[in-house]
Amino acid sequence: MSEISLILVSAMLVNNFTLAQFLGLCPFMGVSGRVETALRMGMANIFVLVLTSICAWFLNTFVLEYAPFLQTISFIVVIASLVQLVEMVIKKFSPSLFRQLGIYLPLITTNCAILGLALNQSNKGYDFFQGLAYAVGAGAGLTLALVLMASIREEADLAPVPRVAKGMGLVLIIAGSLSLAFMGFSGLFTTAAS
Amino acid sequence: MSAKKDKHAPSVVFGRGIWGDNPVLIQMLGLCPALAVTNTVENSLAMGLATFFVLVCSSLLVSSLKSLIPGEVRISTYILIIATFVTVADMSLAAIVPEIHKALGAFIALIVVNCMILGRQEAFASKNPVGRSLLDAAGTGTGFMIALVMMGTIREVVGMGSFLGMPLFGPNYEPWVVMILPPGGFLTLGGILLFLAWRVQKKEQRSASTPDDGATRLEEAV
Repeated sequence: MSEISLILVSAMLVNNFTLAQFLGLCPFMGVSGRVETALRMGMANIFVLVLTSICAWFLNTFVLEYAPFLQTISFIVVIASLVQLVEMVIKKFSPSLFRQLGIYLPLITTNCAILGLALNQSNKGYDFFQGLAYAVGAGAGLTLALVLMASIREEADLAPVPRVAKGMGLVLIIAGSLSLAFMGFSGLFTTAAS
Repeated sequence: MSAKKDKHAPSVVFGRGIWGDNPVLIQMLGLCPALAVTNTVENSLAMGLATFFVLVCSSLLVSSLKSLIPGEVRISTYILIIATFVTVADMSLAAIVPEIHKALGAFIALIVVNCMILGRQEAFASKNPVGRSLLDAAGTGTGFMIALVMMGTIREVVGMGSFLGMPLFGPNYEPWVVMILPPGGFLTLGGILLFLAWRVQKKEQRSASTPDDGATRLEEAV
């Protein structure tokens, strides 16, 4: 049990997907303009991450053991179909949520955090529940980074920054500072699994 | 007519991806590998070459097969083609340079989801003849490699005081360790973008022309 909570907290804070491992930067840069959208994007990501983790476990156990060279191809095919499926289910059962998520939902397919989770999970040899904890932790960390970034950017929009710094340059410097702050968590567990 | 011809001239097709539409510095595509693996020049070069290979091969295949690929499943087909070449690159790197392959880790496999590659297939290779698509892919791939090596050079020189493993400043240099850690990636790219923006602004003030859209001005500035 303690090992599972360790995986969860480690994936969320110490090895935060966005700020320490550079996974999922596209939504981090693109969707972090407003807190509300950032939160929604984070939720959609958690959902897809957990489903991916389950699928990756099944693939690892039943298919890839016999054909390891298919890893990249099979993961990306499963993720693409999964996102398509999630899209259809959400459209059917909650059209309002579907409208709110808009273009972000299909874009999750090319979010490296999803494929990165599947690959990391396989490389570390996590079992079913460890993988689940890893997915929830990673998703929570992603959401945390997105919401933090969006809150800062909402303020930065009103700040009198020099004209040169308006735009992506400033966003990256802010991200760098956030990443520095998250490095403080690396002392949290001395034995944290990396 | 002449404008149309200019647009398709080999040098324009090739050069666009290198500077005017540089995938990392201007279009902000493919940021994950650009930030994650550029802590040394060696890693940046390996990543740049692997991406170049995948991009050129996928563009070749997509533009030759474009009349056979049905429109409804084109994105999935592109991804499958890209994933195949990524597997080839992954296994070749593991066989030829195992240490670098280990240092790059999952990011070799993650070339599949590099939006830059899929973007070139959808925007260019699926609509243009084979030769031009190859040129466009080579230009974009080179631009990506230049951006990566640029970041790798800054981070390695400042963060470790060396270039390609050769010490530069002698034993008294205190390296800025933060530059080879994750925050250094964000700060380096942020710095480069600020520098580019500053140059555009300076150029603008000198010419003092009426403002038009930023993309064309950036092309003039550099």
